Amino acid sequence: MTDISLKPALVWPRVPALLQAIAWRVLPPLVTIALILLVWELICRQPGSTLPPPSVVIDTSWELIVDPFYDRGGLDKGLFWHLAASLERVLYGYALSAAVGIALGVLIGQSTLATRGLDPVFQVLRTVPPLAWLPLSLAAFRASDPSAIFVIFITSVWPVLINTSVGVRAIPQDYRNVAKVLRLNSLEYFVKILVPAALPYIFTGLRIGVGLSWLAIVAAEMLIGGVGIGFFIWDAWNSSLISDIIVALIYVGLVGFCLDRLIAFAGRLIARGAPL
Amino acid sequence: MQAYLDISHVGMTFAGKHDSVVLSDVSLSIQRGAFVSIIGHSGCGKSTLLNIVAGLIRSTIGGVLLEGKEVDSPGPDRAVVFQNHSLLPWLTVYDNVRLAVDKVFGRKKTRAERDAWTRHNLALVNMDHALDKRPHEISGGMKQRVGIARALAMEPKVLLMDEPFGALDALTRARLQDSVMAIHQRLGNTVIMITHDVDEAVLLSDRIVMMTNGPAATIGEVLPVNLDRPRDRLALATDPAYHQARAAVLAFLYERHRAPTTH
Ligand SMILES: Nc1ncnc2c1ncn2[C@@H]1O[C@H](COP(=O)(O)OP(=O)(O)OP(=O)(O)O)[C@@H](O)[C@H]1O
Ligand SMILES: [Mg+2]
Repeated sequence: MTDISLKPALVWPRVPALLQAIAWRVLPPLVTIALILLVWELICRQPGSTLPPPSVVIDTSWELIVDPFYDRGGLDKGLFWHLAASLERVLYGYALSAAVGIALGVLIGQSTLATRGLDPVFQVLRTVPPLAWLPLSLAAFRASDPSAIFVIFITSVWPVLINTSVGVRAIPQDYRNVAKVLRLNSLEYFVKILVPAALPYIFTGLRIGVGLSWLAIVAAEMLIGGVGIGFFIWDAWNSSLISDIIVALIYVGLVGFCLDRLIAFAGRLIARGAPL
Repeated sequence: MQAYLDISHVGMTFAGKHDSVVLSDVSLSIQRGAFVSIIGHSGCGKSTLLNIVAGLIRSTIGGVLLEGKEVDSPGPDRAVVFQNHSLLPWLTVYDNVRLAVDKVFGRKKTRAERDAWTRHNLALVNMDHALDKRPHEISGGMKQRVGIARALAMEPKVLLMDEPFGALDALTRARLQDSVMAIHQRLGNTVIMITHDVDEAVLLSDRIVMMTNGPAATIGEVLPVNLDRPRDRLALATDPAYHQARAAVLAFLYERHRAPTTH
């Protein structure tokens, strides 16, 4: 039959189309990276340059790049171990700020009076730079790990809290009316209306929060020492290992990017395709 | 005899910098099983009146009695079909209705019965083919139908509909009007419907309540529509009683109570 002979012609262009789509997404970043490396190489190759060009970085920090898992005891470990230690601190601090931020955000968002009273306080506190909290938390906890975790918490809790309370306040009157007509009790309202309605806002807050946590941990670790990517960078600076710093920076950026994507992905997964 | 639903001397003033009197001295008695339409120019306070009957807002003076009991809070015995359907976007069509069914019949029906009842009500509005769709995946008319199914599924004493067919194309509108008429005929519920459409009001109602323009709107006239049921839109097109009723509503709206020209 004639329409069967048409079929391959209809199916055939799909494979190249897919390849093309992939190429369109992958090629531009690759080209950009290549250009950046080229310019960097050209600039830092000049005699008298204070920073190493990429070729030198690869050469001097080769072991660091290819073997993130080595462990010679003490602080002489591969980047994986430093990053893992930093991520562990971020995990504790961030989990705490997610729990506290969402819970307080819901409470505050429900009440206009609480919002009026607390919002100015939050707006001021959230602009305090992460590191400014460190001396205070060292004074309070007298130990480096809890202090670092507290700094993560206090840095990332504000966007979670503020976004959650905005999300709760933004629940359309329509949904509240549906809940009223159905006579949902507070628990049912919380589970069936409030959380799903505020979810996009909550995840926006969580996403900003995870970025801030990662910003804060690197800075905090520079000061508190021990195993961790922040101290690794500080240590490399003290030993004038500039190319190690550059490698570590790239890893820090990649991990931060992955954290952001992870939260965004979790948000989409939980919203299960509902329009946000 | 005492009326089934009694709206007596209801007035509504919204407090603000300048207090705005929206409704003043609205009184209306509705018999059980009656289909009453409220018609009036935009902004005159129709939705406000419906929300007072629903219990979503409290009137500043006067009150509403349903079966002799004062209405002071919302409840599923006065189900509302909202002006903008108000489906929950994170729930499927089925779950939107099921939420209402579970809440109203959670104790009285078994799980299987609630499932069957949910499907039954969606079938009533011909939406049983899209149970697993989410609201953003279906058309405006379909959303309205799910909203109607959700309200019907609560088996309300009074069904309150706020422009249920607004913003629909003429064909969908006609189909939905026919199914609402059929459902009303079969179940005999008491219905209050807000509409802007004169033909719709005459076709569906036993009485048409015409509201004067705001501020301080009140009931201008109540027109009984004495047409036999079941009604057929094609047959009515040649019925003089239908045209008389239609003319009366038009005369009220466009001669005696024109839309205010100030805005
Ligand atoms: N919460 C409120 N606060 C102050 N004024 C309000 C409030 N709700 C409604 N109004 C005012 O009451 C009047 C009537 O509003 P309502 O929504 O009842 O009108 P409507 O007859 O339903 O109009 P439409 O046909 O356009 O839906 C409007 O002038 C509106 O501005
Ligand atoms: Mg209205």
